[in-house]
Amino acid sequence: MSVDAATVRHIARLARIAITDAEVEALAPELNNILGWVEQLQEVDVAGVEPMTAVIPNGLRLREDAVTDGGIRDRVLANAPAAEHGFFAVPKVIE
Amino acid sequence: MSALTDLGVAAIRDGVRDGAFSAREVAEAFVDAVGKARGLNAFTVETPEHALAAADAADAARASGSLKPLSGVPLGIKDLFATQGVQTTAGSRILEGFAPTYESTVSANLFAAGAGMLGKLNMDEFAMGSSNETSGYGPVISPWRRGDGGNAPLTPGGSSGGSATAVAARLAPGVTGTDTGGSIRQPAAFVGITGIKPTYGRCSRWGIVAFASSLDQAGPMARDVRDCAIMLEAMAGFDPKDSTSLDLPVPRWEANLSSDVRGKRIGIPKEYRIEGVPEEVDRVWEQGIAMMREAGAEIVEVSLPHTRYALPTYYIIAPAEASSNLARYDGVRYGRRVAPENGNLTDMYEATRAAGFGAEVKRRIMIGTYVLSAGFYDAYFNQAQKVRALIARDFERVWAECDYLLTPTAPSAAFALGEKSADPIAMYLNDVFAVPASLAGLPAISVPAGLNGQGLPLGLQIVGRALDEQGVLDAALALEERAGLTARPEAWW
Repeated sequence: MSVDAATVRHIARLARIAITDAEVEALAPELNNILGWVEQLQEVDVAGVEPMTAVIPNGLRLREDAVTDGGIRDRVLANAPAAEHGFFAVPKVIE
Repeated sequence: MSALTDLGVAAIRDGVRDGAFSAREVAEAFVDAVGKARGLNAFTVETPEHALAAADAADAARASGSLKPLSGVPLGIKDLFATQGVQTTAGSRILEGFAPTYESTVSANLFAAGAGMLGKLNMDEFAMGSSNETSGYGPVISPWRRGDGGNAPLTPGGSSGGSATAVAARLAPGVTGTDTGGSIRQPAAFVGITGIKPTYGRCSRWGIVAFASSLDQAGPMARDVRDCAIMLEAMAGFDPKDSTSLDLPVPRWEANLSSDVRGKRIGIPKEYRIEGVPEEVDRVWEQGIAMMREAGAEIVEVSLPHTRYALPTYYIIAPAEASSNLARYDGVRYGRRVAPENGNLTDMYEATRAAGFGAEVKRRIMIGTYVLSAGFYDAYFNQAQKVRALIARDFERVWAECDYLLTPTAPSAAFALGEKSADPIAMYLNDVFAVPASLAGLPAISVPAGLNGQGLPLGLQIVGRALDEQGVLDAALALEERAGLTARPEAWW
């Protein structure tokens, strides 16, 4: 399969990265090269193989359902580009 | 006595303990060296006050008889580790000015053990790179130069390139690195130092800026095997804040170090003999095999049949995880924001990420987004996860035939800046020998083993069973003792 300009724009949109027409032109062959190269995985016989999800056997731990953190609003907001009234501020989302 | 900056971690720790010099003197010597080496671009932030305060605390601890394992040792910290109140950028402009309000577990462990911080170390942006050229803060330059009289600036490797240069140029006796697909081992090999990636889960990932969470693992880089063992002991340990942290006691790797490998079986994987690798890499590999045989180990040829699929597997899984992890850089909670006039929220996200990420990071986010998108998930991501299982199975089977694997660390010596940056896949091939152990979560170390025709260092890699850091360190020590490399870069900077 081949990635065309429309696909590059679609992926960029999904990834929330604005790209220029010149970048679309440069990215299409680059992504095609990389995807063409990883395509070789299709030749591996994986019948009966489970996808790997953990490299080292290690079960997820459970803990008491209790609050263990919090009360640090100002620290959470300390690095925000825009914080107002104790909230993260963003451009208007409701018309 | 030689310069204090010529001393490694163990020598500094012991010297401070024995009163041969004060921790203050050591810290001042390294702070001075850091200040004189800015041309190498190894540090993104210098924190002399942190190093000096820790040194004063170490001198006070000695007076009161309460020295800690790393008292008096100043370290460099890769800029991927969140450091409280000190800018943490992961090499990206999107995090410029970000000063975490918390400390990563690994750096906190090192500081609790008495170490100080000389500064934050430059790196490829979000650890995506093998040459440090993707850093948003300019490439790090290796202290090494080719012996051809030309002064072409060489890469220290990546992504832990600032870490590598800092140790090789004697700007720090030891540093932290992180390794997702070779980012500790390849730069260690390029600058002639030692670096170990422990078993996945040994070091907490909490507070380390995430790249590919199923692969990311912290580890030390230092001048020799013993120094790495000392640092790793302080860095590792169970952390309930990381769900993949291993709840196991930290072994006493330093105290148990032994270069006696008699009777151990060293596997030489035939699939690691690949075309296009320079003859000198093979030569150093053969020398390493001979050294291990001399040391009394048994050499056995083994096979890891899925090796050739490791890199393409990695370049699906790592970008997929990265595309998810890096979604958090949206201009809302931290870092840079670019908000177009009269733009909506999506416009802000898109403009922020377009301006804040470099080309390689964008490329990998796009690949990751594509392989996870509807219709392609099974063909790419799921297939890669299955091949990853087969690669891990190759290793499980090979441990019936041998105790460790011995391979080259990288397929070449350090290259010049700009030499490979035009072709992403050529750059990716740097990690051809490092990536399989990453995909299987196994401990792996790079040890300096020889020099190429131009006087540049070449490294060998030792891979061991899961949790057998001790065996990996021991085999590396056997190699280090026999290789006996003393070459170091001349200070031209």
